[in-house]
Amino acid sequence: MVVTELKAIKVETKVRVRNTDFYYGSEQALYGINIDVPARQVTALIGPSGCGKSTFLRTLNRMNDIIDGTRLVGEVMIDGEDIYNENTDVVALRKKVGMVFQKSNPFPKSIFDNIAYGPRLHGITNKDELTAIVEKSLIRAALWDEVKDRLHKSALDLSGGQQQRMCIARALAVEPQVLLLDEPASALDPRSTARVEELITELRKDLTILIVTHNMQQAGRISDFTSFFYEGRQIEFGPTKRIFTNPGEKKTEDYITGRFG
Amino acid sequence: MKSKMKEKAIKLVFTSAASTAILIVALIFLFLGNEAAPFAKVPGLSELFGQKWMPVSFEKESFGLLPLITGSLLVTFLATIIAVPFGVCGAVYISEVASRFERELFKPFIELLAGIPSVVIGFFGLIVLTPIVKDVFGLYSGLTALTGALLLALMAIPTIITISEDAISNVPKSYKEASAALGASELQTVWKVTVPAALSGIIAAVMLGMGRVIGETMVVMMVTGNAAIVTGSPFESVRTMTATIAAEMGEVPFGSDHYRALFWVGIVLLIMTFMLNLVSHRVLKKYQDKQ
Repeated sequence: MVVTELKAIKVETKVRVRNTDFYYGSEQALYGINIDVPARQVTALIGPSGCGKSTFLRTLNRMNDIIDGTRLVGEVMIDGEDIYNENTDVVALRKKVGMVFQKSNPFPKSIFDNIAYGPRLHGITNKDELTAIVEKSLIRAALWDEVKDRLHKSALDLSGGQQQRMCIARALAVEPQVLLLDEPASALDPRSTARVEELITELRKDLTILIVTHNMQQAGRISDFTSFFYEGRQIEFGPTKRIFTNPGEKKTEDYITGRFG
Repeated sequence: MKSKMKEKAIKLVFTSAASTAILIVALIFLFLGNEAAPFAKVPGLSELFGQKWMPVSFEKESFGLLPLITGSLLVTFLATIIAVPFGVCGAVYISEVASRFERELFKPFIELLAGIPSVVIGFFGLIVLTPIVKDVFGLYSGLTALTGALLLALMAIPTIITISEDAISNVPKSYKEASAALGASELQTVWKVTVPAALSGIIAAVMLGMGRVIGETMVVMMVTGNAAIVTGSPFESVRTMTATIAAEMGEVPFGSDHYRALFWVGIVLLIMTFMLNLVSHRVLKKYQDKQ
């Protein structure tokens, strides 16, 4: 069913996951995940706490690697390449697949140095070039006007909403093709949330976005596709409109209508 | 009413406990000043600025502090530049690189190293390190500033490691995640994010280590040769302020010029450690303002 739905709207697949299990030590967190994430669309991952959606998100840029004792079985392909291959360059992968976390995490450095951190890592040292990247990234993250006069002040002085948009700008500075957002607005006030949502809609034009969210309205507002996770399994995947109006599974319906979770 | 009294009594206990420290410092200053003061009249403070420390002589005694100050500074400086890279890298290794097993293996040794009495370290230096320094650098004697500095570094390293490691472990995990997510390798994250974020703690650790080094007496007395000469060479023998006081105070005639001069050495040492504290506060503050 998934395949036909995707074919109907003619989207290419950016991330293809096949029969993927994931373990924290001996504890299994994901069971047989299959999913085709369409390119340049927003895909929302929803489900109750602890259902594995964040874990799944973090398999896509191998962030789980930094946790000891984790193991993945199965295939995770981005642009047709298995990212869990022995020869995978994790640095290149993470440059291609950016991530923004639930809690904004600016470095205790200036705004400029925060944004320039990624480009510098990847070898850009020219001051003018860095300045251009910083400006461009902040403009894309709709933050430029607010911070252009204080680029060299500490990023920790920004408000919570601004910090989160700065983190998005920092992720954009390395020109990723895929952006993973792990509940990016859950700690923000409604106005900041609205700005982040606008931003996501804007970025969708050139990026493949996956967003974990607990907020059903948010998933409905900003996503094109929705995947529902429950107890480490993907229960259902499809266009957001259909999932929300006509879910194929009883569990999905129960969750969306707020009967549990 | 009764509880108010109790409240007051408790406050008094705490206040007096805290004040004791201030009182003792003040008393030490007073005592040092009192013993040292007569020297200012006869033979005069200008004596202290001489280049020679020769407190016992048949012709003319000299009380120039310069060789002692340079001796202390040289040994402290050398020990610091040896101890800081080892200490900081050790802390990074233990908190960021080592596996749990390695961590459990190394930590007790470091704590043990911190607990070795300085006279034992001095003894080890005298028997083992001194001949090595002599042979490696082709010197007449292995009793040099460098030998002292190496041993002092050994004593400062555990302090630096333990406190820096605390600071590094306290860096929020979210910084490391952010760095990794941008494509940084583990080592890049350590040097570009973790260590800078822990810098205030690391500076505090280095300052504490330096404090231990500059105040250390026994080791330098045993292995630096105690020749009071003005030198900047690590391969020469030096006499530090602490070693001078320890070696001479026992034999000096009470109330003599020499006796008073030794108190001036103490005052200078106190001022130097005080300045060290002041500078570290400044550095810390400047760093924190920058954040």
